[in-house]
Amino acid sequence: MLVNTLLLALREIRRNVLRSALTILGIVIGVAAVIVMVTIGGGATAQVTEQIASMGSNLLMVRVGQHRGPGASSAAPAFDLADAQAIAREIPAITAVAPSASQRLVAVYGNQNWSTTVNGIDNEFFKVRNWTVDAGRQFLDSELRAGKAVCLLGETVRKELFGDQSPLDSLVRLGSFSCQVVGVLEAKGQSTFGSDQDDLVLVPLRTFQRRIAGNQDISLIQVSVAEGRSTDKAKSDIEFLMRERRRIIGSENDNFQVMDMKELTRMLTGTTQILTALLSAVAAVSLLVGGIGIMNIMLVSVTERTREIGIRLAIGALEREVLLQFLVEAVVLSSFGGLVGILLAVSGSVGLARLLNIPFIFNPGIVLIAFLFSAAVGVIFGYFPARKAARLDPIDALRHE
Amino acid sequence: MPAQVEQQQPPPLVELQGVTKIYGSGTAEMQALRGVDLRIAEGEFVAVMGPSGSGKSTCMNILGCLDTPTGGRYLFKGVDVGALSRNQRALLRRHHLGFIFQGFNLLNRTSALENVELPLIYRGVPTRERHRRAAAALAVVGLAGWERHTPGELSGGQQQRVAIARAIVTEPAVLLADEPTGNLDTARSLEIMELLTAFNREQGITVIMVTHEQEMAAFAGRAILFRDGLVAEDQDNGEGR
Ligand SMILES: Nc1ncnc2c1ncn2[C@@H]1O[C@H](COP(=O)(O)OP(=O)(O)OP(=O)(O)O)[C@@H](O)[C@H]1O
Ligand SMILES: [Mg+2]
Repeated sequence: MLVNTLLLALREIRRNVLRSALTILGIVIGVAAVIVMVTIGGGATAQVTEQIASMGSNLLMVRVGQHRGPGASSAAPAFDLADAQAIAREIPAITAVAPSASQRLVAVYGNQNWSTTVNGIDNEFFKVRNWTVDAGRQFLDSELRAGKAVCLLGETVRKELFGDQSPLDSLVRLGSFSCQVVGVLEAKGQSTFGSDQDDLVLVPLRTFQRRIAGNQDISLIQVSVAEGRSTDKAKSDIEFLMRERRRIIGSENDNFQVMDMKELTRMLTGTTQILTALLSAVAAVSLLVGGIGIMNIMLVSVTERTREIGIRLAIGALEREVLLQFLVEAVVLSSFGGLVGILLAVSGSVGLARLLNIPFIFNPGIVLIAFLFSAAVGVIFGYFPARKAARLDPIDALRHE
Repeated sequence: MPAQVEQQQPPPLVELQGVTKIYGSGTAEMQALRGVDLRIAEGEFVAVMGPSGSGKSTCMNILGCLDTPTGGRYLFKGVDVGALSRNQRALLRRHHLGFIFQGFNLLNRTSALENVELPLIYRGVPTRERHRRAAAALAVVGLAGWERHTPGELSGGQQQRVAIARAIVTEPAVLLADEPTGNLDTARSLEIMELLTAFNREQGITVIMVTHEQEMAAFAGRAILFRDGLVAEDQDNGEGR
């Protein structure tokens, strides 16, 4: 009986191909939006997580101000070198402390120029970030102490300024001063949302403070916690120390932030969440519109087929059999929309993932849920028209023109 | 004497007691049946006659459990149909009644075979047996080889015969036929009448048939004449033709 009903539904849908196709459009878009959202969002999150893991799960970032979500931060006095030294001196269980300051500048070589971020660092930076130098060398202690005009280039900057040439020993101009290239950093690759990790120039911290910033400010202190020791403990120790050093008392809010990788992940995936919320709204509206479309078409279909319904009832079809027939038709229609949406979304996600440079992670769970949801839309919005059909009076239905 | 006979017999297959049917209301009120009393026993072949608008189809619809009377009672095998639920009446139609409509009422864009199969589907007959029985029913009405044709591809007479095949394929207890030969030439009509007579004689199917033609009514063992929503005459033809 159910097989017959199913075949019947398929035949009815085939009879109105164009109408059926237009009807399921809303469901297609809704289902596709849900799947794309989850797939791309999942890929982006996975990438962020992986990047952060590559930085080391034992990394703590001490930053100025309070960062609440992407972009939002409040102004606060900067750190200085003494803060970093205090952390290194007083916090147990840490292996490296890397203070740094940064500024966006244009790097110029010959007639090539490239806008990039210049970071003032010391050699601890390489330890906390697990970063190595590909060609050339790190800074010498003498260069760090004296604030020499030397620099290391990120892979992107090297490529933009030097192309195929070797940059070593060349002079690159950063804003108003020139520095000698002593090395090129190992390539780390593109990160999420187009931010390129290799788009940077490193100079000794002292050089940065004297020649570029003109002050002693430190904007970021990166701390590496010893293997097997609690990052939470180190985090709260640093917070306590910094509150003391910055004279924050009692219930006053911190004007700095110690972020571990969990918080960093949350901050970096903030954009994904906004995107997810947006696409969820699109999906919800599409599914609603799709459902209403199906209800509308089923009502039309019931009216068109009143005589058929009359014949079926006259021959002895029960109310629930007629109800089932139209309900199955609505569900077949909407699940078909779901299937098309799934196919569209999966192929679209593969392309989009490649475009955004994030991994494509197939999530069978969400595909199943989306499919069931589309079927449920059919049940919900198909029920009313189906009931209308089932409740028809056989003799009235037979007389219907 | 009739009273004595009735005492010995089981309850009639169908019985109408003072059945009235009113269409519309107020000034548009139309009294199609004005108190019909009728008893038909199992195995009878009854012809229903009467002028157009006298209430024949209305009465058939009530007998077929498609419509409900405004007043009076309808007993099927002694059961008051008025007391049955919608679903119970549907089951009564499914298992005991076959209906040949005045219009053909076939499913459009659906093959003759599938049209005939329809009542078997609702009876839950397995696919293979369904095909076999539907094809056999079509053969009985002389439409072997026309199984794949849709109503749109069949003549009026052929459509009428598909409708007959659909009504008999379930071998119902009662066959209600509203002008089954209305669209057929005399030769075809006579063939159909032979068919109905055969069903009646050989399978004991009770046949109630509306017709305008005396020639067709002659096949029946009993003729009922309707006039203005009332049974005007009820005469026994003996063994019919
Ligand atoms: N649905 C309806 N609404 C209003 N009036 C109706 C309806 N059906 C039938 N009638 C009226 O009831 C009366 C009896 O109609 P019915 O169809 O029973 O006649 P009939 O004897 O079958 O006629 P015919 O031989 O032309 O088929 C007619 O006057 C008709 O106009
Ligand atoms: Mg009539």
